[in-house]
Amino acid sequence: MDTNERYYKMWLLRVPHIGNLKYRSLMEHFGFAGYVYKAEKNELMAVKGIGEKEALSIINNRNTDEIKRIVDKCYKDNINIVLSNELNYPNKLENIFNPPGILFYKGKLPDNSKPSIAVIGARSCSNYGKEIAYNFSRELSKRGIQVISGLAYGTDLYAHKGALDANEPTYGVLGCGVDICYPARNIETYMRMTDNGGVISEYFPGTKPAAANFPVRNRIISGLSDGILVVEARKKSGSLITADIGLEQGKDIFAIPGRINDELSYGCNNLIRFGAVPVSCISDIIEEYSRIFGEYFNGLKIEDNINNSLNFKNILESDEKIVYDLLRLEPLHIEEILTNCGFGLAKTIQILYKLECRNLIESSKGNYYSKRMIIDK
Amino acid sequence: MFSKSYSAGLDGINSYIVNVEADVTDGFPEFYMVGDLPAKIKESRNRIRTAINNSGFKMQMKKVTINLSPANLRKEGTGYDLPIAVAVLSCMGYIMQQKLEDTIIIGELSLNGSIVRVNGILPMVYNAKKKGYKRCIVPFDNGKEAGAVRGIKVYCGQNLREVVDFINGNLDLQQVNTDCLPLFDRTPENMEDFRDVNGQEFVKRAVEVAVSGNHNMLMIGPPGAGKSMIAKRIPGIMPKLTFDESMDISKIYSISGFLDNDNSIIYKRPFRAPHHSITQVALTGGGRIPVPGEISLASGGVLFLDELPEFDKKLIEILRQPLEDRYIIISRLNANTRYPADFMLVAAMNPCNCGYYPDRTRCKCNITDINRYLSKVSRPILERIDICVEAARIDYNSLNNKIKGESSENIRERIEKTRSIQKKRFENDGILYNSSMNTKHIEKYCVLDEKCRKLIADAFDNNNMSARMYHKVLIVARTIADMAYKENIEEDDLMEALLYRNAIKKFWDNEI
Repeated sequence: MDTNERYYKMWLLRVPHIGNLKYRSLMEHFGFAGYVYKAEKNELMAVKGIGEKEALSIINNRNTDEIKRIVDKCYKDNINIVLSNELNYPNKLENIFNPPGILFYKGKLPDNSKPSIAVIGARSCSNYGKEIAYNFSRELSKRGIQVISGLAYGTDLYAHKGALDANEPTYGVLGCGVDICYPARNIETYMRMTDNGGVISEYFPGTKPAAANFPVRNRIISGLSDGILVVEARKKSGSLITADIGLEQGKDIFAIPGRINDELSYGCNNLIRFGAVPVSCISDIIEEYSRIFGEYFNGLKIEDNINNSLNFKNILESDEKIVYDLLRLEPLHIEEILTNCGFGLAKTIQILYKLECRNLIESSKGNYYSKRMIIDK
Repeated sequence: MFSKSYSAGLDGINSYIVNVEADVTDGFPEFYMVGDLPAKIKESRNRIRTAINNSGFKMQMKKVTINLSPANLRKEGTGYDLPIAVAVLSCMGYIMQQKLEDTIIIGELSLNGSIVRVNGILPMVYNAKKKGYKRCIVPFDNGKEAGAVRGIKVYCGQNLREVVDFINGNLDLQQVNTDCLPLFDRTPENMEDFRDVNGQEFVKRAVEVAVSGNHNMLMIGPPGAGKSMIAKRIPGIMPKLTFDESMDISKIYSISGFLDNDNSIIYKRPFRAPHHSITQVALTGGGRIPVPGEISLASGGVLFLDELPEFDKKLIEILRQPLEDRYIIISRLNANTRYPADFMLVAAMNPCNCGYYPDRTRCKCNITDINRYLSKVSRPILERIDICVEAARIDYNSLNNKIKGESSENIRERIEKTRSIQKKRFENDGILYNSSMNTKHIEKYCVLDEKCRKLIADAFDNNNMSARMYHKVLIVARTIADMAYKENIEEDDLMEALLYRNAIKKFWDNEI
């Protein structure tokens, strides 16, 4: 494709009032964006969905200077651009409803030949959700499944972190320009992802994070994935929107079951009721994936350093065991540990410190302690 | 004819002697007053003239000139009425001049000649004693307060007539002597006791560490966790006030007008808990004529800031300097006043707007809101807090627990021992508590062995600790070691000290 046509396409995508769908019908009608650039008003209005407003918008904005500036800037900022029907445009996106006409990305795009999974859930996740997102992403990544999420707070962030800690690439789809890290506090993970994996957006660089953008980008998250793992979701949750879209796109839906009285698990339990696959261990997901990817997992060697629940309990001293058994996945205040173990402050602190050093427990929120999760294969 | 009496003026919490000079000569009947006086004092001429006439004396139709020396100091207050009246009467021959020697006279007059109370009597009498005056005459309502000073005879008069008769030797006034020593020996009955706090052993331990080393402290926790309840009990476990300390604190209260015959002296450590709507002047002290603020009133005790994030950010920033220097200087047009501000800062806050974070079944705050709430507390203030703990929600069992907690008295005895260890250690360093240690002191007194060095090195790397945080951990570990009468800091002391940084680390350093 020649450079000018590329500019025209980008220009057309940037014209106000022209979205992905109108872009698509214009392209179908004219064949080349260059023709749209030069078309008369009545020619434009002949296209389905294009009214006077859109036609005038196209005519009044006939100028590609801005696009050239954007392309130059992207080049300088290491932002890559891919248009639909270009070679490295993700295949998986071509079949979804309303595929993005353009993708900007830093780092790289997910590998088409590898399976991928969307790990999503509430931003205000519980410690349970956090541990699940982190551990499942880490273990799934080790098994060659690419983790895709939205780089938001909570579940998304821990999902990305888990994959990165397994030293595998992970991909985040943003609701703003890829040059903006939103939320800004995730900057560290954002930087790690541009090195190992990628951040992807259909929005032009510099686009501010608008609330309306986020549900829209969810279709890309599910589109890029072969299955969707919902870790935690309230009754009304954006994650459920993603799961719905995923269902329409024909993806496998996985959900982590939770307690029935737990508001954060309401959405997940509900998904299971409607037929989502309940997940209690990694192999639940691997089994489903084997049906599609079959051979892929056969030759895979996994360096396994999951704490083996039988082994590590033996190495704990009896006092340590007492304290360890008191702890749960949900954070427990040190006060409660003190009253229940009966060891006195100094000794309890020592035991907690040792357990934390071995990464068996975590002082997750200040003076609260929780078990690290040990997941089954 | 010339005559002179003695009175006292205030400069900060200190006092100076004022010579009240009166001269009555033949001439046009006038009443001149000089000596850097504000209108408040100058208008007293009308009160004095009337009070003299109404007390059965005859105000002669002569020219009266009054001078309050030293004339270069700005005088304030209404306590000069009585000494002026006495000096004038002395000029007119009602009182013998030599009887006024060695006598300090303080008091405001009302038109019928009776004497009205004034603020700041304690530092004035205290200073008079130091300057070698033998006796002082104060308003009746200030009597008990002034009587707390030993080594000077305190008399109080109800009205001008009585005072004149007393000076002339025609009347015996009862000498006031407030015996306040017993107040120091016994524990005040109405003081809140730690025995009433069920559960929260962890927070109580943290409080004990904080008080032992005079560390500033922050408690984070949900509503109803007992944060305020614990804070209120902190003065009760601080070492008992000595008489001299009490004098220093009482002086501040005297100036602010908080002492009277019922509360003649401050014998309990102060606990000041200003509401978060407090203004800057009320907190630090100020006004055209600077008066002490809450931080000075908390001197020697506890300044408790409940709902720390709700305080105006500027106010909290202002605390930085007094927290370092232990005093505050208030500069105004008329005066540069220095007030003590040697308090222990205890702050409490909720972890988020609704207060229940990290209990996600109850807390619905989103992360941005939580971070916004937390960011209202600024970094520099956090760096001045040595001990930060999270208080858990109290469960029903510990509420209903019949086993009472340890009494404040027991805790205080331990703390007094720990404090005396510190006092001995810092004999030649000019500080009293571990919390005042600087880098040099830390190097000298916080020596770590190989094991401890490794432990703190690991913690340092894992937690992105700053140098200041590292020092704070060592200082707190020193206090914890002192509490166990250990010569050197050991591993478990360090672990505990690190624990008291956890909450700050989690809330302000990590993403939530």
